[in-house]
Amino acid sequence: MSRTPVTKHDEGDGMTSLEMAPTDAGADGAAPLLEVRDLHVEFAVRDSVTKAVNGVNYSVSAGETLAVLGESGSGKSVTAQAIMGILDSPPGRIAKGEIFFQGQDILRLSEGERRKLRGAKMAMIFQDALSSLNPVLSVGFQLGEMFRVHQGMSRKDSKAKAIELMDRVRIPAAAQRVGDYPHQFSGGMRQRIMIAMALALEPDLIIADEPTTALDVTVQAQVMDLLAELQREYNMGLILITHDLGVVADVADKIAVMYAGRIVETAPVHELYKRPAHPYTKGLLESIPRLDHKGQELYAIKGLPPNLQAIPPGCAFNPRCAMAQDVCRTDVPPLVPVTELDGTELPGRHSACHFWKETIHG
Amino acid sequence: MAEPTKLAKDEEPKDDATPNVSKVEAVEVASETEAVEVLEAPAQRGEPILQVRNLVKHFPLTQGILFKKQIGAVKAVDGISFDLYQGETLGIVGESGCGKSTVAKLLMNLEQATAGEIFYKGQDITRLSGRALKAVRRNIQMVFQDPYTSLNPRMTVGDIIGEPFDIHPEVAPKGDRRRKVQELLDVVGLNPEYINRYPHQFSGGQRQRIGIARGLALNPEIIICDEPVSALDVSVQAQVINLMERLQNEFNLSYLFIAHDLSIVRHISDRVGVMYLGKMAEIGTDQQIYDHPTHPYTQALLSAVPVPDPEARAHRERIILTGDVPSPANPPSGCRFRTRCWKAEDKCAKEVPLLAVPERFKGVDTPAAHESACHFAEEKDVVGAA
Repeated sequence: MSRTPVTKHDEGDGMTSLEMAPTDAGADGAAPLLEVRDLHVEFAVRDSVTKAVNGVNYSVSAGETLAVLGESGSGKSVTAQAIMGILDSPPGRIAKGEIFFQGQDILRLSEGERRKLRGAKMAMIFQDALSSLNPVLSVGFQLGEMFRVHQGMSRKDSKAKAIELMDRVRIPAAAQRVGDYPHQFSGGMRQRIMIAMALALEPDLIIADEPTTALDVTVQAQVMDLLAELQREYNMGLILITHDLGVVADVADKIAVMYAGRIVETAPVHELYKRPAHPYTKGLLESIPRLDHKGQELYAIKGLPPNLQAIPPGCAFNPRCAMAQDVCRTDVPPLVPVTELDGTELPGRHSACHFWKETIHG
Repeated sequence: MAEPTKLAKDEEPKDDATPNVSKVEAVEVASETEAVEVLEAPAQRGEPILQVRNLVKHFPLTQGILFKKQIGAVKAVDGISFDLYQGETLGIVGESGCGKSTVAKLLMNLEQATAGEIFYKGQDITRLSGRALKAVRRNIQMVFQDPYTSLNPRMTVGDIIGEPFDIHPEVAPKGDRRRKVQELLDVVGLNPEYINRYPHQFSGGQRQRIGIARGLALNPEIIICDEPVSALDVSVQAQVINLMERLQNEFNLSYLFIAHDLSIVRHISDRVGVMYLGKMAEIGTDQQIYDHPTHPYTQALLSAVPVPDPEARAHRERIILTGDVPSPANPPSGCRFRTRCWKAEDKCAKEVPLLAVPERFKGVDTPAAHESACHFAEEKDVVGAA
């Protein structure tokens, strides 16, 4: 199963595949690679229920990068775990929703069928490479395991494949280092091994959960570049989960901002930074200091992220929002398409705010 | 000396193209004729409160169990010098393993320096012990990175913040402590009623406020902050940064702000030092370092920072360094950055570049004329400031 490298369409043309709501999915003719519909995930804790994901919708097409942005506890990782089928359950439970992958609702599949998908069709890159790799097995063995388990390859062949993969992610002297153990590699190199492992079977979808958070900026730049390049080459769909607005700006095509288990805003990457349509996104953008000029006092979003066992009624962001009115405390705002003042549709843009007009148009 | 410092800070020009002389400084040095003198902005801030000179910390590497012998040393900090002035913030940036946290520990006297001096108001604190050391320590406090592990889970907030008073009872008499702790909670923006709660009842941002309150308890002059906001969420980071800036103005504190996030360091710092493998690569005012870096490492570091603005990104030049930071146990000869540097020549392997104003910029009125440890220092705008 070899694929011809496809060059990524430039950012202007990317607009056609930027639709997010399920109804828009077929707009450009092809169904998206992955589509999450109204996903709800909850965790049963002693005598209450933590609602980690409360109705998430998003979709990714082949060759596209979706960045899921959110703070800790916003449900971005839990959504990814539900897609991969690696949710800790119990206590975790998918209460509602569908996940379509290549046109198939994978939540209806048996555990055995899911297992065949994992690694071969969809793969995940975790944040902390040191704790995700087995410390007592050599990296070559762990990389080769992919081929032995999924393709029944021999030890010798799988080792050759492992070396090839390490070369692919530009680990110097791969043939000599294939027998080394994870602790013998630096943080950046370990993350490259994680990427190699995810790429091994050339999956169609890669989920990267904070892939560079633990790395230094100079190494972070190397790893992100590598990931973006490989994605282009294999024309994979990429879901990039992060809290770093800077990393997102560099690589994503479209962004979904999560807060308290819901998507509060979606937009093509350039649009989001230029004109946020949700007060939370706006606040986040204003609260980060800039590298290129020294600003005045930082804008700080007041208060704290909500307790997921007691999410405020109405809009979950209302206690921290400067624009909150009575309606925000009672009615949950739906994720609606965002338009220009004259009603012109803004492709791919949605906001879950009662006052999105005021937010985006000032 | 507090007044001019504050003024100079407030008057700092925001986006001025020819900024290095702010109004107040210009008035003070009007009589000076040499341009270089004008550029050394901190010189107008009076006596430095903390002077670090050739500070060295080597951690020995040993072999054998019974007959230990030293086979080498991890050169965590290898001869760095800087000054910290009253009321200013000196930011220290660098990648992991560059020795920035070791500097913090040395300044707190938590580690014994291998060589070098740390002068606090003219007194070398590396040689102090006993009562004299205790007296100095009262004035230098620390805020730690991880608010989850730096607070004792079995102590109430009142006990945590009040603990410094047990060690230095002269600051708050016994009967007065509760009130004092409540005052501190109020100062850092926490409800004084929370005095009997335990750390687990607080969020990350609130815990960091508790850590800051503990640091403030003894009315110190210097607070060393080791990655104080890196464990916090973005929306909470801004709250803590604003709090720290407010406290600095209120109590005229000097901060040594250690962080790896270059945007945050620029925001809070008056001056910035860039460290690489135990050495200071470049040091200057925030504008000199960010808008006019002359050391290749600083340039690479700045260019690698992802900027949350897709438009600005298009105008930026990106320098992607190859490889990783070499091991501090066996650093490269000459310039330590040469193994990853695109400018490296034979000279870089032989001669250690000294931290000084580069020859070519000496006596020239330019923001590039600040201390930089590179043989081939050259100005390059990588941040793309408007």
